[in-house]
Amino acid sequence: MRVCVLSGKGGAGKTLVAVNLAHSVDEARYIDCDIEEPNGAIFLKPGIVHTQWVNVKTPQRIEDRCKGCRKCVDFCQFHALAFVKNSVMIFPELCHSCGGCVKVCPTGALRETDRCIGTVEKGKAGNTSFAHGILSQGEPSGVPIIKHLLADVQDGGPVIIDCPPGSACTAMESMEGCDFCLLVAEPTLFGVHNLKMVYGLTKVFSIPCGVVINKAVPGNEVARRFCKQYDIPVLMEVPYEKRIAKLSSEGEMISEKIPQYRQKFAALYSAMQEVAGDETISHSQR
Amino acid sequence: MKIAVPCSEKNINGPIYQAFGRAPYFLIVDSESMAYESIDNAAMNAGGGAGIQAAQIVADSGAEVLIAPRCGQNAANVLMPAGVKLMKAVSGTIAEVVDLYKQGKLETLEDVHAGHHGQRLS
Repeated sequence: MRVCVLSGKGGAGKTLVAVNLAHSVDEARYIDCDIEEPNGAIFLKPGIVHTQWVNVKTPQRIEDRCKGCRKCVDFCQFHALAFVKNSVMIFPELCHSCGGCVKVCPTGALRETDRCIGTVEKGKAGNTSFAHGILSQGEPSGVPIIKHLLADVQDGGPVIIDCPPGSACTAMESMEGCDFCLLVAEPTLFGVHNLKMVYGLTKVFSIPCGVVINKAVPGNEVARRFCKQYDIPVLMEVPYEKRIAKLSSEGEMISEKIPQYRQKFAALYSAMQEVAGDETISHSQR
Repeated sequence: MKIAVPCSEKNINGPIYQAFGRAPYFLIVDSESMAYESIDNAAMNAGGGAGIQAAQIVADSGAEVLIAPRCGQNAANVLMPAGVKLMKAVSGTIAEVVDLYKQGKLETLEDVHAGHHGQRLS
């Protein structure tokens, strides 16, 4: 089963949940798609055996061929090209690598070249397969890195995807093809506000979902109320406790240091399988 | 000389718009006669790269000077090689500010910002 761990805001506990989940089920694949701040490696401490650059295509001028027709400038919906003083200017960071400018140029004055926007690293942490992507600083979009990370994921064993925060392009790219969305939320008004947005995203993709309430405080029902209202199962609570915060701040996994958490996260995985299975059945009955 | 100014009203006695790339219009003012015409800013609702598109429009208008409160890096990267001088707007109507420019009382726009990429004013 492919699970993506999402939250509407940063700091809710996606990585806490994702790494402990990956650590608690056998032969899991952990993929950190939070390419702007991939920090799952701090907890899983993998040995990296494979590093690869991720390149995207961007146009480059071939001098003396441009006749100044500006078809490339007019074509580009992202305004990655401008025409100034009889010459085409290119803004590579705005380019979405569609290749259209090269195709519409009647004189062959543009060609595509590779531009490196980050790296992908792969390795092993115990019996967990590990991969993460790192977006180079100043690059506006990590979507190509996420595509690269998820390209060779096959159906079968447990795959845990640590998603970027929020509900924008990179989060959506990370969700593609997932069987289950695990939404991590804090029991605060901010947490619930963001949970609502990311829950909306799972509805767009029609992927079954469940919630983990992190930093749970007894008597605080704000997140539970929301889940009840929208009929979203609350699959686990991680309490607001000093020892959990301390372990996390030191880069240690609670499922390794506190034995019952390994069982709790394994049970969480089973619960997700059950919810996903139920929804698959109810879908096929429709 | 033609001077471009971002605005939300096609009126030389109106105010200067606070943003460059997503201004609704540009007023192109002739500094000698103070005659003016307006150009729609097609970049106003652009998904991205508004600064570049707006700069292209201003460069194509033949303006030699842009007076704006602020300007993004990408826009400046188009305007400067196009030979458009960037001047910092001060408060006042477009006519008043153009007049201050003619008297040499405006400063050049130095604080080009990194941009609002991904943000939309709506």
